[in-house]
Amino acid sequence: MNRKFKASHLYLWLVFVVLYAPILYLAYYSFNSGETMHGFEGFTWHWYGEVFADTRLLIIVLNTVVIALFSSAISTILGVIGAIAIHRTRRLRRQNALLSLNNVLIVSPDVIIGASFLIFFTMLGIKLGFASVLISHIAFSVPIVVIMVLPRLKEMSPTLLDAARDLGATEWNVLTKVVLPVIKSGIFAGFFMALTYSLDDFAVTFFVTGNGFTTLSVEIYSRARQGVSLSINALSTLIFLFTMLLVVGYYFLSRRGQRANAGRSRGAEWGLPNK
Amino acid sequence: MSQAVSEAPAQGQGRALSRSRNFYLVPYLLWMLLFVFAPIVLIVYDSLFDVEGAFTFSNYAHFFTPVYMKMTFSSFWYAFLITAFSLLVGYPAAYLLTKTKHKQLWLLLIILPSWINLLLKTYAFIGLFGTYGAANALLQAIGIGRQQILFTDFSFVFVSVYIFIPFMILPIFNALEELNPSLLDASRDLGASTWTSFRRVVFPLTLNGVKSGCQAVFIPALSLFMITRLIAGSRIITLGTAIEQHFLVTQDWGMGATIAVFLIIAMVIIMVLTGSRGRTRR
Repeated sequence: MNRKFKASHLYLWLVFVVLYAPILYLAYYSFNSGETMHGFEGFTWHWYGEVFADTRLLIIVLNTVVIALFSSAISTILGVIGAIAIHRTRRLRRQNALLSLNNVLIVSPDVIIGASFLIFFTMLGIKLGFASVLISHIAFSVPIVVIMVLPRLKEMSPTLLDAARDLGATEWNVLTKVVLPVIKSGIFAGFFMALTYSLDDFAVTFFVTGNGFTTLSVEIYSRARQGVSLSINALSTLIFLFTMLLVVGYYFLSRRGQRANAGRSRGAEWGLPNK
Repeated sequence: MSQAVSEAPAQGQGRALSRSRNFYLVPYLLWMLLFVFAPIVLIVYDSLFDVEGAFTFSNYAHFFTPVYMKMTFSSFWYAFLITAFSLLVGYPAAYLLTKTKHKQLWLLLIILPSWINLLLKTYAFIGLFGTYGAANALLQAIGIGRQQILFTDFSFVFVSVYIFIPFMILPIFNALEELNPSLLDASRDLGASTWTSFRRVVFPLTLNGVKSGCQAVFIPALSLFMITRLIAGSRIITLGTAIEQHFLVTQDWGMGATIAVFLIIAMVIIMVLTGSRGRTRR
């Protein structure tokens, strides 16, 4: 039994190592004073200096963050409205139809979303750039927020609403004082997912970004196509650390929230970025 | 929106409810129609026009020529390979994960890389698989010698599996967690070997997890274009690469839209085959 257990650990460790090796490899060579991703010559901060001296790159980072924050904030609002709308739909068949509609963008491949939005924006005459990227990020984030919020609404006891109404609360009071606090953890999870989806997205942005506007993923793609450059490594390492910080922060925040309303399954909240 | 809700009078319960339902549904449905329904209709519409903008069915006729048929076939073949290998690696990993002491921590560690930007992970492989990269250094140390790894089928499938493996592990892990352990005890009591009880009890009961895992891998694998470009060069052309090529390089939107239409059809077929999760659970 003991030996079998060890073999299983070995397998897991192997998967684990393979999953992390490329990222660590990337980070390791970001300190290479040579020019390539092989043959480590010596330690240097040079590439990090280069990243921070590159104003164009910093503007791109700023673009990416602004898009991510705006799109996740707006899509959280829309998503909460959508989740409440679906939740309040009484007939089961209609509810399922709404849910399927909601899932279309989640299962659609990025290429399809990107291509269809490109047609859509050109037809509407929206100039490709900040606006088109923002709108498409909101569009693919809304369904995710809905999915994250809906289970919390389902868990909410309807008697709470009845009680609030009996005590004379207006619809607006019911929403802000009862519903929103109860589904807070779902909203938080939805916002976080939308944020990571937006930061992570490449394909959709690539289609609708036009010429003047670039996000980080698209920029890394066009640089990587020209071959290895260690400043990408430095940038990647920074993004990696930032992502880790974000995820770990989220993990602890959501765990604290969990403790407040104990006994809840966590599985649903660990959805994955779908790219 | 907020204003609209606040104006809703708190009347009798039923009426207030039905009123507010309409309020929430309107903006949401409007949004969905605009950004889910309209773009898909536009794709179908665009597929009916050629480069000059004349109405034609020639794009569809073109799709059934050997060039595009071959591309579609190879695209499906690669997606199948990627899904199969993800399942082969992912199922045992998910199974063993459920047996560890700190399951949630392990799961978190396995999932964590999937939060990292896809581009970065793919870029890392350009270095790892390069002519002088770590993979080749390892091959040389073993005595096999340097190989061309980048721009081969192997590297394409490997990197894709690497990217998709957490999406396979998570649903299988969840399915295994839902499995009632007393069923395993029962099968053991009835004299089944570990392998038999796995084959006859565990695997059939986690089939839903496997299905949704396969769905989560196969559909994106069919439409990859970034990994194809960076890792496989222009050697491998998938449906995704072709769509990107038509839309952004050759500007033949009609043909690109036609391929997209077929990709959507393929997607629907796959979803029907793997069964929607909601329905099976209900």
